[in-house]
Amino acid sequence: MRTVAPIEIAQPHEASLSASDREAVFETRGLTVSYGKAPAVSNVDLSIYRNLVTAIIGPSGCGKSTFLRSLNRMNDLVPSAKVEGEVLYHGQNIYGDGVDPVEVRRRIGMVFQKPNPFPKSIYDNVAWGLRVLGMKDDLDGRVERALTQAALWDEVKDRLKKGAFGLSGGQQQRLCLARAIAVEPDVVLLDEPASALDPIATSKIEDLMHELKNDYTLVIVTHNMQQAARVADLTAFFTLERTEQGGHGVLVEYGETPKIFTQPADRRTEGYVTGRFG
Amino acid sequence: MATEAARFTLSPSRRTRRRKLVNFAMQGLATLAALSAVAVLALVIVSVAQRGAKALNWDFFTKTAATFGESGGGVANALVGSLVLVALATAIALPVGVLIALYVSEFAPPRIADLARLVLDVLNGLPSIIIGVFVYGLLVVGSGQAAWKGSFALAIIMLPLVARATQEVLALVPPTLREGALALGASRWRTVLGVVLPTSVGGILTGTVLAVARAAGETAPLLFTTSIVANTVTWDPRQPMLSIPLSIFQLSESPDPADHARAWALALVLLSFILVASLTARTLLARSRRKLER
Repeated sequence: MRTVAPIEIAQPHEASLSASDREAVFETRGLTVSYGKAPAVSNVDLSIYRNLVTAIIGPSGCGKSTFLRSLNRMNDLVPSAKVEGEVLYHGQNIYGDGVDPVEVRRRIGMVFQKPNPFPKSIYDNVAWGLRVLGMKDDLDGRVERALTQAALWDEVKDRLKKGAFGLSGGQQQRLCLARAIAVEPDVVLLDEPASALDPIATSKIEDLMHELKNDYTLVIVTHNMQQAARVADLTAFFTLERTEQGGHGVLVEYGETPKIFTQPADRRTEGYVTGRFG
Repeated sequence: MATEAARFTLSPSRRTRRRKLVNFAMQGLATLAALSAVAVLALVIVSVAQRGAKALNWDFFTKTAATFGESGGGVANALVGSLVLVALATAIALPVGVLIALYVSEFAPPRIADLARLVLDVLNGLPSIIIGVFVYGLLVVGSGQAAWKGSFALAIIMLPLVARATQEVLALVPPTLREGALALGASRWRTVLGVVLPTSVGGILTGTVLAVARAAGETAPLLFTTSIVANTVTWDPRQPMLSIPLSIFQLSESPDPADHARAWALALVLLSFILVASLTARTLLARSRRKLER
């Protein structure tokens, strides 16, 4: 399927909201990302809306991480990566002329699959980004607020000067989340943020996402369908389309999470969410 | 069960015995070869220590060579000379070497990075006498010898060692750490300065210590650049200076047996320094590896 049916954003429990009431933060148009000559994800048209959690699900190799990383130009770090099409961020193409990827990433933060705290103290992990971006007024207050938002403050307030490696995996990931939101981004991209964590740490991250969507727009890539069902307002299903050259990821279906999981329009989506495939 | 057990035996057959013998012999040869390396090092250390220890005394470290006809005297000028020469060479090679490594691993496109690594390896393989002659032609001809010119030659020896060691430890810094910094909106250089370099300090120090040990023992680059010296202690790098390796050479050529003893003692000083430096480097490296692998 090339394009995706226009979606209606309506939470069953909320007053019916049409797509026009929601502000699109991202709109991708014909987005294709290739590594070398092989496209990893092809011709994606997708809109991401303010203050919602959007989940991207799909089998391994369907290009969901590649898609996510193209939203804040992280693919620039891969020398062979090539991006075609447009990624409009509040109407501006982030791959347009004169766009500085550093400015893009400053507004669009990211949390990675494996916790990657810096080899610094807990405090400095959060404060480093603030210092780099010159947000040095009330540094202590900003660090405390970020750690509080990431539900980590009470656990670390007595050992802020200790190394971040002393924290558990789940705490480290919440520290990375605190680090990302400390610099007050507009969007936070989460690339399988809980896949390296145990179930308790995972549920903490998921609870956080419900809180954080009040202040941020969240996009989460996950291979865990239950997780998508629990946290996401909207879900996009990607799959791998086989071709003679191998295969590339395509967007199959995008819509409200309950609809994707209970009444999918496409048979491939149905096969995936019911566990018959992938 | 019982009948089946009787059909074969688990004790070695003739074939197995022969294979075991070959295995034993080869294992023995390999072990012997490894032991001989240790033995050579031990022999060098023991013989140098035996002959050198006698001449070690306070005067040896604090005085310069006695004037002709007098006894006693020391090698203070060579010790100070080596200290200044190597310190200055490190001051040149460390920043330049680290910057080269940063270029190769953080900024250069892959093809140019490969080329740069090759160039560094070739530079590392250049005979030191050639570097000595090169610096002689470049800096000494027409203006005379000076310690800083010797340091410059030593710095060329140290440069590929520092750069390669640094580049190897930069390669150990997990890419996810760089991504984490870049995703915050940090520039490449701020990422390098704030996250990549602090993570790899241990490895950079290791490479530097090894390069210092190598430079301290180099003779050839100094031969043309800072070998004509007066018998005084000087700290001025614009003057030529004596160094430990050149002094060992000169003392061993002397007709006076007391000078021979001093040559051995100086060799002991140099050897001890290099051993201590190598062990320090190993400890530093182990520590920084542990830090990175956590």
